[in-house]
Amino acid sequence: MVAQAEDVIPQRSPLMAFMARWLLTTNHKEIGTLYLWLSFTLFFIGGAMAMVIRLELFQPGIQFAEPLFYNQMVTMHGLIMVFGVVMPGFVGLANWQIPLMIGAPDMAMPRLNNFSFWILPFAFTLLLSSLFMEGGAPNFGWTFYAPLSTTYGPPSTDFFIIGVHMMGISSVLGAINVIVTIFNLRTPGMTLMKMPLFVWTWLITAFLLIMVMPVLAGVVTMMLTDRHFDTSFFSAAGGGDPLMFQHVFWFFGHPEVYILILPGFGIASQIIPTFARKRLFGYHSMVFASAAIAFLSFIVWGHHMFTAGMPVWVELSFMYATMLIAVPTGVKVFNWVATMWRGSMTFETPMLFALGFVILFTIGGFSGLMLALVPADFQYHDTFFVVAHFHYVLYPGAIFGTMAAVYYWIPKWTGNMYDERLGKIHFWTAVIAVNLTFFPMHFTGLAGMPRRIVDYSLQFADFNMVSSVGAALLGMTQVLFLYIVIKTIRGGAKASTRVWEGADGLEWTVPSPAPHHTFETPPAFPPIMDENESTSLNE
Amino acid sequence: MIETYNNQRKHIVLLISLAVGMFGFAYALVPLYQVFCEVTGLNGKTSGRARDVSTIYQNQVIASDREVTIQFLANVNNGMPWEFRPATHQLRVRLGELNTTDFYARNRAAQAVTGQAVPSVSPGFAAEYLHKVECFCFSQQQLEAGEDRHMPLRFYIGDDLPEEIHTLTLSYTLFKVPTVRASTLVSNRS
Repeated sequence: MVAQAEDVIPQRSPLMAFMARWLLTTNHKEIGTLYLWLSFTLFFIGGAMAMVIRLELFQPGIQFAEPLFYNQMVTMHGLIMVFGVVMPGFVGLANWQIPLMIGAPDMAMPRLNNFSFWILPFAFTLLLSSLFMEGGAPNFGWTFYAPLSTTYGPPSTDFFIIGVHMMGISSVLGAINVIVTIFNLRTPGMTLMKMPLFVWTWLITAFLLIMVMPVLAGVVTMMLTDRHFDTSFFSAAGGGDPLMFQHVFWFFGHPEVYILILPGFGIASQIIPTFARKRLFGYHSMVFASAAIAFLSFIVWGHHMFTAGMPVWVELSFMYATMLIAVPTGVKVFNWVATMWRGSMTFETPMLFALGFVILFTIGGFSGLMLALVPADFQYHDTFFVVAHFHYVLYPGAIFGTMAAVYYWIPKWTGNMYDERLGKIHFWTAVIAVNLTFFPMHFTGLAGMPRRIVDYSLQFADFNMVSSVGAALLGMTQVLFLYIVIKTIRGGAKASTRVWEGADGLEWTVPSPAPHHTFETPPAFPPIMDENESTSLNE
Repeated sequence: MIETYNNQRKHIVLLISLAVGMFGFAYALVPLYQVFCEVTGLNGKTSGRARDVSTIYQNQVIASDREVTIQFLANVNNGMPWEFRPATHQLRVRLGELNTTDFYARNRAAQAVTGQAVPSVSPGFAAEYLHKVECFCFSQQQLEAGEDRHMPLRFYIGDDLPEEIHTLTLSYTLFKVPTVRASTLVSNRS
């Protein structure tokens, strides 16, 4: 039989076979891997840009980067990290895990899945190529406010626009795939309210994506027509309004920040029960809190524009709506803590990252609450305090969440346990470096250091030096992460089927590594977990 | 399986329409934003339409005794080669009374230039009480090289102006309309 099969399939060179495998794959696991590697690659590219920024800010004055180049770095760093790292990273995890967690053989639309992924490398090539163009890359900040991006944008802005369009198409198609998969391919018996929380948060995220990515596409299309086709959406000369850009952008932008964090909530809700060896506390309230956060995200965009000129009653409405978000978020944090309460906790690397996520994300949440207050925001607006805030929610939030997920599920993906000692070193250096980098920004911001400027006053020098040292450490830490991932792929202690002693869910009933095809017939639900066979690293 | 497949198709169609609908919604935000600003007077936008003078004198018996100060500002936007200033910087006007003033503009460029003045009222919520009968901002203005013009503005302030407002500022920013667009652009905003 084997000989016959070889006769039928024409022999390909190893390179062609490799290309064909990855270019044409419709397997959710392989596409998930592709997404994760793309995200990882861009993580280093975006990280290198952050290094340039921190190198320049190491001392006051202009040493390494010309102001224009610095602005390009700030812009590209933001765009790459938001659209190229966090979003594809979460989509990769969704691809790998959602079918495994709901007992589906694959995503509902495997070929569309392949298409969604392969748009992205082209989109980011387009975006990154603008760095080498005359006039430089986009330099107006990742929020691309008009008229900076319309009237005054460099010629490469058009590449940015098309790149954003492509990312948007990819995200929307990916989100449609996720929703259709979750609605149609759950194993019999798994009702919506029995789904794992990672699946729930991704379902909500996918709805957010479908509702706001087209708005982003709309706003960049208006920019494009303003730039080249004589419309005046954002130009006062033709009857448009530049301030309207901010409204439309942030109508997309605020739900977007929850797109960047909700799957992280889901990941923490999977990991903490596993290592606390207890069921998740308050499952229903977790689901409703996620949905409430998603709903509220649509009515708070104005808090990004308090200083842009607004009547007091509008500011107050946005302020109260924003502060209301603290309630469902508080419910979540409470539930995570309550899950750990009197649990038999162990502190393997995924759990450490999940705990780092809960604690540091909460700090970011508190600074968010401070920014929500209109009178306070007038002082904080556009200072490094804002930078500290969103890096606290994004780095320990979205990035730590993704890393926790990688450590948690990589034994299932590769069949090998990662190096626990290196994982712990990774966590502790990362957590120290994150705080060293971003905590001083609170102080410089409160003292009035504006963001997005290449130079700063002398009194901010010490804190900036601390930040830069922290950033260098943080950058090196991620090289260690890359090493750990590669080492795990290449070998290590064999992982058992259940992997973690306290793990629960369908993905832990398939062998490690997960075979190419899983759940060709729907599995039984609730799953029967293997009690004897589990690798516990602390034994 | 067939049932699942049909369900899937239904879901896909619904979700794609949601995405397309949201793209349309982004565009719908533009007129919504304009209407919202005009209705509430946020942003200091004045109505782009001229008031019919005859109705003023029919409906409003006589101007009230209340007087307010109205200040005029004129700015030119980047790249607009015009000199642009108000004839008077400040007027003391009675509510409901029709007033006339003018703005002076001179084209300092060596070729004809078309401009569009965009108004803004401060405080913003007073915009809805400022009624213009005639304004150079209702249409684009074209000046030949070196030509100058006194551009009239006739307006009155509604006598329902809230008590706490004593001073209004009406500011015009003059934008250059690119020549290729001048003929095709229809301006319906003041």
